[in-house]
Amino acid sequence: MHLQVSSVCKSFGYGPKTKPVLDAVSFDLHSGQFLALVGSSGSGKSTMMRLIAGLDRPSSGEIRLDGELIRGPGADRGMVFQKYSLYPWLTAAQNVAFGMRLQGRPKAEVRERTAYFLEVVGLVDSARLLPRELSGGMQQRVAIARALAAEPKVLLLDEPFGALDLQIRESMQDFLHRLWMQTGLTALLITHDLEEALLLAQQVHILAPRPGRIVRSVNADLDRSSLAHLRVSQPFLALREELASCLRSLDSTLTA
Amino acid sequence: MPPSEADPLKRLSFLRRFLAQPWVLGLVGVATAMLIWFLTTASGAVDNLFLPSPQAVWQAGQAQWQSGLLLKDAVASIQRVFIGFALSAGLALPVGIAMGTNPTICRLLEPLMGLIRYMPAPAFIPLLIIYFGLEELPKILLIFIGTFFFNTLMIMDAVKFVPSELVETALTLGGRGLPILTRVVAPFVAPQVLDTYRINMASAWNLVIVAELVAATEGLGKRISLAQRFLRTDDIFVGLIVIGLVGLVIDLGFRFLMRKACSWAN
Ligand SMILES: Nc1ncnc2c1ncn2[C@@H]1O[C@H](COP(=O)(O)OP(=O)(O)O)[C@@H](O)[C@H]1O
Ligand SMILES: [Mg+2]
Repeated sequence: MHLQVSSVCKSFGYGPKTKPVLDAVSFDLHSGQFLALVGSSGSGKSTMMRLIAGLDRPSSGEIRLDGELIRGPGADRGMVFQKYSLYPWLTAAQNVAFGMRLQGRPKAEVRERTAYFLEVVGLVDSARLLPRELSGGMQQRVAIARALAAEPKVLLLDEPFGALDLQIRESMQDFLHRLWMQTGLTALLITHDLEEALLLAQQVHILAPRPGRIVRSVNADLDRSSLAHLRVSQPFLALREELASCLRSLDSTLTA
Repeated sequence: MPPSEADPLKRLSFLRRFLAQPWVLGLVGVATAMLIWFLTTASGAVDNLFLPSPQAVWQAGQAQWQSGLLLKDAVASIQRVFIGFALSAGLALPVGIAMGTNPTICRLLEPLMGLIRYMPAPAFIPLLIIYFGLEELPKILLIFIGTFFFNTLMIMDAVKFVPSELVETALTLGGRGLPILTRVVAPFVAPQVLDTYRINMASAWNLVIVAELVAATEGLGKRISLAQRFLRTDDIFVGLIVIGLVGLVIDLGFRFLMRKACSWAN
């Protein structure tokens, strides 16, 4: 799997009201990699994600998946939104099965894979509950299971934990990290939370706002055997501080 | 300890729980109105020709029932309502969904429908009679005209409020056009569509009676207009009460359907 984003620009509106949102964004993502895009809100992160998902078209530049130009949404790019994306009339299990049923997979296979992915996200006991009966964290785990069950080549996560309480967010980060180790999935995470990006991703791109562009890329080669240790380890804190000051300087050039 | 009924506090809380039942106060309201009606007529303060007593209305109702007229009229009215409303609801669903999902269709039809919606349906009666005579068709069409535009625009609104995340998630799971309509849009709007039907069904009932008042050989509205000619206020009351009861039953039916089919939305 190879996702290629090359010189992607995106602007909204026409004529004098044109608003550039992304400016010449390029990056690559390979099988098994965990990549994060970090930027303040309004820096065009969600826009970038929607372009990759095929829900929107770039104004210029191109996005290719395994050499194929992306022309629209497809099951090869699974997406997890920040919130409100579970089908409220379906149980947790039915939500997980939803994509597979859309794809017309055989019933037995759907049942088997649903059970498997509920197990993976630790929600076997909640299989029959409706979304409104699940906590925010559980809902996001169902959304992730639903995306994974459809067998995407890459998982697109748009601030998946942004709406959760701090404590739940940490446990969800641990969960996502374990999931990545277990399943070897390829993931693109979008977040405004620098710590989250550094904890989870091997590579982090910093996005400057107005228009969104990558101003810094770092390889975060950290020891991720225990996230609890990583959170307080010296190399992690140093890297976080360095990038945080980078993000701050981007903000100050804006306000100055 | 003595049995709990002896405890006045417990008894009070029992009473409060009883009153908290959703239907209890409603029944109290109806019973009060009946009582006032009974007392007013029993006191002789009002001429019975203008306000018949509950007993007289009950007797008139029994007479109508025994002669078979009541059932025949009710069936005639209900049939018109159901045919007219089924046409309206059935056509409003695809048109409303099309308008809600496709901005071009919406821009094309919304102003037109918004305009016709404000033309009072009873004002179409003269035209309908000129075009289609006095048979069933003009009455059914009146119900259709009076409810179709409301049904359509309300369904359109419901469809427009389907969260884009739900549709886009389906797209990224490999979903396309029609399956997204049937598996995402339809279940999401189902509760609002049923509620739309429930609300507009009330207009359908109003319209069938209006149509029958103008021209009909049978029907609850026809019976009322005949009763007026002979100053039979008791028959008029029978008609009014039966119309109200049938409407209420239909309303409750829709609520029941909604609770059963869309329990997730409550
Ligand atoms: N469909 C759209 N039409 C017009 N402007 C948009 C649209 N989508 C996003 N924008 C603008 O693009 C900018 C970036 O938005 P977004 O990608 O959501 O940022 P982020 O996800 O980083 O917070 C915002 O200023 C937003 O107003
Ligand atoms: Mg965003």
